[in-house]
Amino acid sequence: MTPERATGVARPRRKLPLAEWQLALPLALAFASIFLAPLVMLVGVSFFNDDKITQPGIGQWVKFLGDPFSYKVIADTMLLGIKTVCATIVIGYPLALIYLDASPRLQKVLIFIIVMPLLLSVVVRTFAWIVVLGREGVVNTLLLQLGIISEPLRLLQTELGLVISLTQIEMPLMLLPLISVMSRLDPNLRDASSALGASRWRTLFKVIVPLSMPGLVAGCLLVFASSTTAFISQTVIGGVRLIYLPLLIWQQSLVVFNWPFAAVVSLTLLVSVLTVVSALSYLGRRSGGYVHG
Amino acid sequence: MPEALKVNAARSLDVEDLSVRYGTSTAVDGVTLAIEPGEVVALLGPSGCGKTTLLRVIAGFVRQAAGRVRVDGATIDHLPSNQRNIGIVFQNYALFPHMTVAENVAYGLRARGVRGPEIQARVSRFLETVQLGGFKERLPRQLSGGQQQRVALARALAIEPSILLLDEPFAALDRNLRLDMQIEIKRLQRTLGLTTILVTHDQDEAMSVADRIAVMNRGKVEQFDTPVSIYDKPQTLFVNGFIGTTNLMNGRVTSRQNGTATVALDAGATLTLPAPAGLGVGTAVLMSVRPEQLALCAVPGPEAWKIEPGLALPIGAQLVHEARAIDGTVLKIIEPRRAAAADADRTYCSLAADARPTLFPRST
Repeated sequence: MTPERATGVARPRRKLPLAEWQLALPLALAFASIFLAPLVMLVGVSFFNDDKITQPGIGQWVKFLGDPFSYKVIADTMLLGIKTVCATIVIGYPLALIYLDASPRLQKVLIFIIVMPLLLSVVVRTFAWIVVLGREGVVNTLLLQLGIISEPLRLLQTELGLVISLTQIEMPLMLLPLISVMSRLDPNLRDASSALGASRWRTLFKVIVPLSMPGLVAGCLLVFASSTTAFISQTVIGGVRLIYLPLLIWQQSLVVFNWPFAAVVSLTLLVSVLTVVSALSYLGRRSGGYVHG
Repeated sequence: MPEALKVNAARSLDVEDLSVRYGTSTAVDGVTLAIEPGEVVALLGPSGCGKTTLLRVIAGFVRQAAGRVRVDGATIDHLPSNQRNIGIVFQNYALFPHMTVAENVAYGLRARGVRGPEIQARVSRFLETVQLGGFKERLPRQLSGGQQQRVALARALAIEPSILLLDEPFAALDRNLRLDMQIEIKRLQRTLGLTTILVTHDQDEAMSVADRIAVMNRGKVEQFDTPVSIYDKPQTLFVNGFIGTTNLMNGRVTSRQNGTATVALDAGATLTLPAPAGLGVGTAVLMSVRPEQLALCAVPGPEAWKIEPGLALPIGAQLVHEARAIDGTVLKIIEPRRAAAADADRTYCSLAADARPTLFPRST
């Protein structure tokens, strides 16, 4: 039933009372005002030479892109993301497989454990890692008492410590898409593979991994985007000695008050993350579409 | 049928006293089946009767709590499913969705270490066998249900299995296709001489495809026999009710002779019928008789009982009558359609000349 329009004017009667784009308009306006406008302003601000934002020019871009230090920070930030993604895959994928094999009751417990970190603030989780990784922390105390090490390991303010804590902090973002894709896989596929003579490893690498690619790619995207921009964890655990793009942005905008330079760094971070993310999602699309049901 | 298709020696399959428990419930309860080489056996029963569980034990996906499975006399219980060399076709086919038809069929061969041109040759041969030679590069989702099933069949046959298991293979197909596939599977099975077990809840399917049927109920095999014997001589009330349509009439044994009993039906007739020895004088019994083994007649007699005719529906070449006996039992009677004898005259019912009614003790 199509509600009829008041047809006082001579105008062809329309099938739909409102075109779909009209229904989406309020949302589009909201997005435009809170996402697009600041982005445009950011781009605008980046093209000023001085920190008072009075002289237009490409001076800040030249300064940033002409400095070898900038490239080191970009590379460190991207590497941090890649390392965190690798660590979440190495730990998360087997966890997802365990979840898949668990009884429905155990699955409920596991999903609770997986989601629980999301219920805590990132700040709280980050400070918890300081307690765990510190000189007198749980890890060092345990290793010292077991006699595995003779003096405390330096974990805080190192990239290793940061990757360890980010791995735990970002793990739900890897596990949730992975589990949601894997649990939609037809359980008969594994049996079929086994009945055809395949070992468990062959089944894993020829059937389960290829079919869970969409979930894996989604997980990688989320973990990468989230860990490269995790300002709090990067700063609190990495300290000031490890400099990543978010820290640089913070320093430039709130310590030095050089907004145009901060805008340049922000846009660099945005472009770098978007590049990796689009590359990943391109790969994901190529492997995608095989999910059962 | 390509001549190159080689026929392996068929294997026998023995299931001995097999039980499977899930927690406290028993899914399969002491099942014993001796299946001859080259035979097609249908496991038939309602859902939850344990037939699929039994199939999964044979395939090695589920471990039994007790009992043995033997192929050609050798037990296979210690072997994991990937070393049993048993082909299985799943109800939903379980084709690998990311692989082409050819890759699906080659999967089991690669897992077995077959390499190079040998794989290509065998894939082609088995796809020709199921008449899908031209579909090698398609993905499963680009095929129809019937074609997907053929691929699943080719994939299972390509490993040259000792036993073929089919889990509700026709359930997802529409009616016409189902008959085609039943014929095709039967033909392939004959040619290859494969011992085959088919799980189904469809009695017509079991009747048409299987050499013998194991009727299962609550984890037990109620009867294991040829389709004709199961239809004509059901051994339990469950088999009797599950296979075909039947009428059940209450009665009581009034006297016994060797091998027969005289039964007084509550509907008002006295019949002398073959009866198992367990039914003594005075036993309350149920007489089961197929609708086509009852006849309507106009004249009363000691072996006929009074009925009140109800609806008569012409179904194809047959006429299905519904009638009520004086004890309230509603009877279904099927007879060839004919113009003569208006129903109003025929208010009595009796056994047809070739009737083979069965007596069961009435419990409670």
